[in-house]
Amino acid sequence: MSSHAPAHDSPAGNAQDRSPQFHVGHHWDSADAQFDAGKTGVWLFLVTEILFFGGLFCAFFVFRSWYLEAFVSAHHHLDKVMGGVNTIVLICSSLSMALAVRAAQTNNKNQTVLLSVVTIGFALMFLVIKYFEYAHKFHDGLLPGRYFTYAKAVFPDERIFFGIYFMMTGIHGLHVLIGIGLIGWIAWRAQKGHFSSRYYAPVENVGLYWHLVDLIWIYLFPLLYLVG
Amino acid sequence: MNDKNAVGVDLGTFWLPRQSSTIAAEMDLGWDVAYWLSVFFFVGIVAAMAYFMWRYRRRSENDITSTVDHSLPIEITWTVIPSIMCVGLFLVGFKGYINASIAPAESYEVQVRAQKWSWKFIYPNGTVADELRVPLGKPVRLIMSSTDVLHSFYVPEFRIKADVVPGNYTTVWFEATELGEKQIFCTEYCGDDHSFMLASVIVLEPAKFQEWLQSTEGPPAGVSPVEHGQKLFARNCASCHTVDGTARVGPTLLKVFGKDEKLADGSTVKVDENYLRESILNPNAKVVFGFQPVMSPFKGLLKDHELDALIAYIKELK
Amino acid sequence: MAESLPISAPHGATPSGTNYLNAEKGILSWLTTVDHKRIGVMYLVSTLIAFGAGGFFALLVRLELIAVGQQIMTNKQYNQAFTLHGAIMVFLFIIPSIPGALANFVLPIMVGAKDVAFPRLNLMSLYIYWLGAIICLGAIVGGGIDTGWTFYTPYSSTVDGGVVAMTMGVFVLGFSSILTGLNFIVTLHKLRAPGQDWFRLPLFLWATYATSIIQVLATPVLAITMLLLAAERLFGLGIFDPALGGDPVLFQHFFWFYSHPAVYIMILPGMGIISDVLSVHARRKIFGYRAIAYSSVALALLSFLVWGHHMFVAGQSELASTIFSFLTFFVAIPSGVKVFNWLSTMWGGSISYTTPMLFTLSFLFLFTIGGLTGVFLGMLSVDVHLHDTYFVIAHFHYVMMGGTVMAFLAGLHHWYPKMFGRMYNETLGRISCLLVFIGFNATFFIQFIMGSRGMPRRYYNYLDQYQSMHAFSTVGSWILGLGFLVMLYNLLTSLTKGAVAPANPWGGVSLEWHTPSPPPTENFHDTPTVNNGPYDYDTLRSAK
Repeated sequence: MSSHAPAHDSPAGNAQDRSPQFHVGHHWDSADAQFDAGKTGVWLFLVTEILFFGGLFCAFFVFRSWYLEAFVSAHHHLDKVMGGVNTIVLICSSLSMALAVRAAQTNNKNQTVLLSVVTIGFALMFLVIKYFEYAHKFHDGLLPGRYFTYAKAVFPDERIFFGIYFMMTGIHGLHVLIGIGLIGWIAWRAQKGHFSSRYYAPVENVGLYWHLVDLIWIYLFPLLYLVG
Repeated sequence: MNDKNAVGVDLGTFWLPRQSSTIAAEMDLGWDVAYWLSVFFFVGIVAAMAYFMWRYRRRSENDITSTVDHSLPIEITWTVIPSIMCVGLFLVGFKGYINASIAPAESYEVQVRAQKWSWKFIYPNGTVADELRVPLGKPVRLIMSSTDVLHSFYVPEFRIKADVVPGNYTTVWFEATELGEKQIFCTEYCGDDHSFMLASVIVLEPAKFQEWLQSTEGPPAGVSPVEHGQKLFARNCASCHTVDGTARVGPTLLKVFGKDEKLADGSTVKVDENYLRESILNPNAKVVFGFQPVMSPFKGLLKDHELDALIAYIKELK
Repeated sequence: MAESLPISAPHGATPSGTNYLNAEKGILSWLTTVDHKRIGVMYLVSTLIAFGAGGFFALLVRLELIAVGQQIMTNKQYNQAFTLHGAIMVFLFIIPSIPGALANFVLPIMVGAKDVAFPRLNLMSLYIYWLGAIICLGAIVGGGIDTGWTFYTPYSSTVDGGVVAMTMGVFVLGFSSILTGLNFIVTLHKLRAPGQDWFRLPLFLWATYATSIIQVLATPVLAITMLLLAAERLFGLGIFDPALGGDPVLFQHFFWFYSHPAVYIMILPGMGIISDVLSVHARRKIFGYRAIAYSSVALALLSFLVWGHHMFVAGQSELASTIFSFLTFFVAIPSGVKVFNWLSTMWGGSISYTTPMLFTLSFLFLFTIGGLTGVFLGMLSVDVHLHDTYFVIAHFHYVMMGGTVMAFLAGLHHWYPKMFGRMYNETLGRISCLLVFIGFNATFFIQFIMGSRGMPRRYYNYLDQYQSMHAFSTVGSWILGLGFLVMLYNLLTSLTKGAVAPANPWGGVSLEWHTPSPPPTENFHDTPTVNNGPYDYDTLRSAK
């Protein structure tokens, strides 16, 4: 972002550079200040997300320490292949998202839209694979809490593993869904020409959110699927 | 409400109950240190406030006020000195707490079972009682658990307290120093009758305590099984079962002996001694038709002679 | 930066000129505003209504307790009444009130900005607050809850009632709190006017900054705790209920990991107000500015380390209890340091006994008692006797009400002229403060005695020996209630009948006193430049 951007649209600016949605709030001295503040705000929000998931990770570790054998036994029911593929899918989606941000920064409207859509595609793929995983669990009766009807559990406490598994992956999945909504909004705005090299804050901020969602999965996957 | 359980908390000083256990004095030392330090600081702060309020009241709109706005030595002083006091307070509290947590090895162990909304005390010989009888001058260790939600066992005069947790055991110990009855409160909110969940510690001379313990081994002397059964029924069963024909949470037991009872699964069973015994010890095995399987099992809570007495009583309900 | 000291305006006059109150008309303009001042006023009204509701339940609870046995409600109703009193006061009043109502209004003006960093997010915070309040109301009306505001499991995970709805209401309210904190942090970092160094900020802003840090870091843990409790109820997750393999003490760890820092969300803004009001109404530079500023941030960070002091007898290990007790004493020190600094600010001052000053002095007296009694509870051996008794109830009311509420009222009376352009009746203000002070002590001091004598808390029924003390406390609650009614009358009628307020009725130096009362929508026509500290009263004097 240009550090010399004037506070208001300059009528003499390049038509490609200027975007009609570029608006600096009346309380900001400059566009840069507003952009900076927006990013700070999103980072703070991401910190809250880390603490939110942190609670769940904490619960996982506590219960794992109490029911180690049950956890190790239970985690074998998780499909490492599907989980692994999902990990790669999300990493690719982070790449496409980062490229989308770059495209917005360099005034490339078409690429911004395309890469956003590609990101959504990866995200949907993640959710579809997740759906198949969940369906398989439902079929086997490997469900949370009182719905756990899997008859061949080696340890009775395996149900707790699945309670935590569904909470963690479920809430993560919800964040993926919200991310799809946000990226869709970005794609729509990009299509309408809202973004330019002088204004791409929403793209960058949604990108930050998406990277966190990816990062959380990168911790979830080995803990739940590999270590157990 | 069980009035007999409201024995009251005797006062020792203006603030605190009587000291009726060996650790009470040490616990109260902690209180005393905190109390007098607090009085010192409170009086000091309020006196300073009052003085400043008078001395520095506004006299005119042109008052010159001090521009002294910091002093590192003063800040350090009033940070370091309270910190040292705080470490001292911590140590006093810690010492009392550790002594209160570690029961002597030779403690007499009693199990405590908490449930909504009553206490049961189970002795090593299997006796189950509603009051906690203990010998004077001997350490007693309580091993506590709950059958449903959180409760907390509190005896103000002993200065002991511990939450009673379902699925887990917590312990307290005490050595009573005075004879008499001491109040037990449940002090972790547990629902509707939380504030009625009282009980009492009855401190007896060691000899009298042994006498009592032995008397619970067999049936009470001079009391017929039916009479004994009636007392047991009133204490353990009457909240859900009547003897006059009305159904409540559980079926009435009037005329139940010898009956052909229809069960929830459609089958019928003849009500004999074995069925009664099973229904008391393992009530959800055969549930009467039209009723819910909500009765708590009494397995482990009634001695054989008590079961016999109950059955004898129920047989007489014609 | 010459400002003249208070001038009186003719009675009955109305503030002239366009200001944020009359700039746009109609209820829709209020409901869709992004002006932080209007949002602050809406928060004020909302939280005061919540205070009224929470206070109503408190009066009911105290009325039931005036004698042994049933007076006006059954045991079940009583249990719901104390639960609602606590939940409404904590989540709908005390946590959102100072940040949402007072900081929202004053913070941007104090830094020299035209609004907070994210004005639309600010409005969203308010909407989320209303949504959370409605969900909680639904829980109350729908199933009712009687778990206590602490929701301990397994009672809360198994009892009938609106627990899921209530936890979801609290979950939603948490977002309001997080977003407000986020907004303030960014505003303080990015929107300070030229010359407005961190160490030239009024201490209310340091306090708000520390509070916001806690709001952002702690509230998500409350969110996940509520979610897990709901999942426990809905799916039998088995994390907190031992019957399903869970651990009830784990719930307590999760719950208090948020709720202890939460009490610092409650007190820190109050302390910030005291620093400012004391300084202005004693027209004396605050003593120990940096000490107070640093201690605010220290409190915020230390507050995350002591949650286990609520659980000394809950069944956690002796080692854990020992560590938590030790750390708890460290959290006590910064608060004590502040009290000494405030006292030193009184020394050499020119104290004017205005209503805000009277509330401030009440705070000093009451918060000292509250803080000192916290020391009792932090000591392991003493806490064994006092935990879950009325002593604890008295302690937290002394810090939350004697502390935060007194500070809130001090701030409300201090900034009222700025917010509404009117002066309230000073005599009525003083009377209300006196009634509140007397009523508060009458209600709560005796509860220390009841508690140390063994009276457990959350008790519908109690032993006869405590009855006279309960009755005394109940009468105290009526005096307290009367004080609030007098205050409400004063503040409401003064909105239209009060004397027109000058820009600077108290002779303050911080930036909010350099705008008209009430301020225009954009706060400042031109961004101010700050050349002096927030308590440099010499600039006032030298201007004369």
